[in-house]
Amino acid sequence: MPDKKIRVLIAKPGLDGHDRGAKVIARALRDAGMEVIYTGLRQTPEMIASAALQEDVDVIGLSILSGAHNTLCARLMDLLRAQKMEDVAVLIGGIIPEQDIAELKKIGIAEVFLPGTTTQAIVDFIRQRVSHASAASQPHRSAE
Amino acid sequence: MRDEKARKVSAAAGPVDVFPSPLASPRKPSPAETAWEESTLNPALAKSPDRLADFTTVSSYPVRRIYTDADLTDGNLERDLGVPGQLPYTRGIHPAMYRERLWTMRQFAGFGSAEDTNRRFRYLLSQGQTGLSVAFDLPTLMGYDSDHPLSEGEVGKCGVAISSLADMEALFDQIPLADVTTSMTINSPAAPIWAMYLAVAEKQGADWRRLSGTLQNDILKEYIAQKEYIYPPGPSLRMVTDTIEFGAKHTPKFNPISISGYHIREAGSTAIQELAFTLRDGIEYVENCLDRGLSIDDFAPRLSFFFNAHNDFFEEIAKYRAGRRLWQSVMRERFGAKNPRSWALRFHTQTAGCSLTAQQPYNNVVRTAIQALAAVLGGTQSLHTNSLDEAWALPTESAATVALRTQQIIAYESGVTNTADPLGGSYFVETLTGEIERGARDYIAKIDALGGMVAAIEHGFPQREIADAAYRFQIAVDHREKIIVGVNDYVVEENPIETLHIDERVARTQADRLRKLRSERSGDEVARRLDSLRRAAAGTENLMPHLFETVKAYATLGEICEALRQPFGVYQEVAIT
Repeated sequence: MPDKKIRVLIAKPGLDGHDRGAKVIARALRDAGMEVIYTGLRQTPEMIASAALQEDVDVIGLSILSGAHNTLCARLMDLLRAQKMEDVAVLIGGIIPEQDIAELKKIGIAEVFLPGTTTQAIVDFIRQRVSHASAASQPHRSAE
Repeated sequence: MRDEKARKVSAAAGPVDVFPSPLASPRKPSPAETAWEESTLNPALAKSPDRLADFTTVSSYPVRRIYTDADLTDGNLERDLGVPGQLPYTRGIHPAMYRERLWTMRQFAGFGSAEDTNRRFRYLLSQGQTGLSVAFDLPTLMGYDSDHPLSEGEVGKCGVAISSLADMEALFDQIPLADVTTSMTINSPAAPIWAMYLAVAEKQGADWRRLSGTLQNDILKEYIAQKEYIYPPGPSLRMVTDTIEFGAKHTPKFNPISISGYHIREAGSTAIQELAFTLRDGIEYVENCLDRGLSIDDFAPRLSFFFNAHNDFFEEIAKYRAGRRLWQSVMRERFGAKNPRSWALRFHTQTAGCSLTAQQPYNNVVRTAIQALAAVLGGTQSLHTNSLDEAWALPTESAATVALRTQQIIAYESGVTNTADPLGGSYFVETLTGEIERGARDYIAKIDALGGMVAAIEHGFPQREIADAAYRFQIAVDHREKIIVGVNDYVVEENPIETLHIDERVARTQADRLRKLRSERSGDEVARRLDSLRRAAAGTENLMPHLFETVKAYATLGEICEALRQPFGVYQEVAIT
């Protein structure tokens, strides 16, 4: 049976308009066979949570270079929990000081990708993460 | 505006060739070179081949293994090279260049509150910087007050929070605007921010005719690259023209616009695209001013430009030289400008932020130094050097100091300022200058064929070119075809460095200040001024006088930008990935 395409929402939360990274990642994920929805700029956490729900995504990729990551991620994670979407992996890329990474992971961010990450590393992470998630949610699937 | 003109939509709105169109006459190597190839080069390569299959610039343009006078036969070196301070300006726009005056050392700075930034300004001036450059935070850049819901988490993080004239006054405390040249990186709200600057100058008793500085105010590149737009192109261009018209009358030493390629390059463009899109934006602004009825030589001398200084040393030097040669021909041939000051491309440069790495950040000092050197060898009028912690946060004081010292060492220790255009006459540099000029002309012609830059933006043309170039570059890096030291080679385990941390105190202080401001000012006066502004915006008069009175009544930036949203509307981009 063919694998369902992994669905990824790439989002630019907050006022930051630097979209080079978000667009490169969106394209790389598409080239890797994923279904990618790019939200465009200046999305509130509410808009992102709503889009993630509507598009029924497996992964949300956030791009934040503005320094507003702590505020925006906290709000988004709260909204996703309220929508019972804890199984959706939330990844961030951008400008994130080292000292903030631990706290972001504590509130549920799956991974923080710093400048210099290859597109392949992100593709691999998502594939691994989503396949584990689907394996975990289908305990009766026979070993392959 | 060009709306009423017929638009020829080129069917071939696909990507332009990466390389410029080939030369009319093919390269003819000399007998000596041919002999060298046969008897010396080829045997050497047979024993030990080139390290790589291709040698290309950072923009992926191929570079030959050697350049000789065989590469220069298509041009006329005396005509194309000339002398500095004279047409075609290839060698520089001033006859004596850095022997007479060094470039302005103008470090971009701003974070937290106006007081925080004022302190950093005064520190940098005390350390020998010769001009100010203001970085505003994202709420300010997008026309929101610090206490607007959309400002949450963003106040003071990327630059200084300026919500009213009161903040602007604090920003320039103890800084005499008549004596200190000041650049402001602001675009959509450039006109109201400039009105605040002019109001501070008035309060200081400074003569507007003495004010020197620059307003970035380049909205076209926002739609193309930086994406800090608020309003659609029509009203935005109207405001840009308003500022240029106002400046031509009242602030003869102030550059009302800084037509920028820096951000286009940071978004991932090639060097040729950076130059072409910038100059074509310039052409669009000139056309708008001429449509307004301004006389070319009345405003063109104060148009200024802003370029990136990226990693590829010679490509960047050639780019600046090509830019000067191209702009003078645009001004003279396309627009008939008669004043030599209208012909000269004056520019500020910033070293490439996107080239700096999070890994092994001290390596960034070296990158910045090489890039800064390229800008100086390219004849820049003003320069900002990035700090080593660029990929982590806004600069610490010590990182910003090293960046400033980089410029001072180049200026005083390297000897490159002793002569104008030191690389002039180099076979490589002259060939590359010619290639970049031709490539930029190709793109400008393409955008002309699309109906101009606004039309090209509506078609997504520059955005797609940039996105394609950015993607190509990332794939090359991922495949290690382009090596980035510390990132995809020479990687080590590292400890984090100390960085600047801005917390939510600034947001809280700003909120208190705004509450106080709103209670102390005359609400009636503000309402009257905003109403008058809204009506003027719906018409065609120059908005600067209205904005000046409105900011003096202590209307906030957010109130002003919101008032303008009604007559102007807002811009929605169609995202191109």
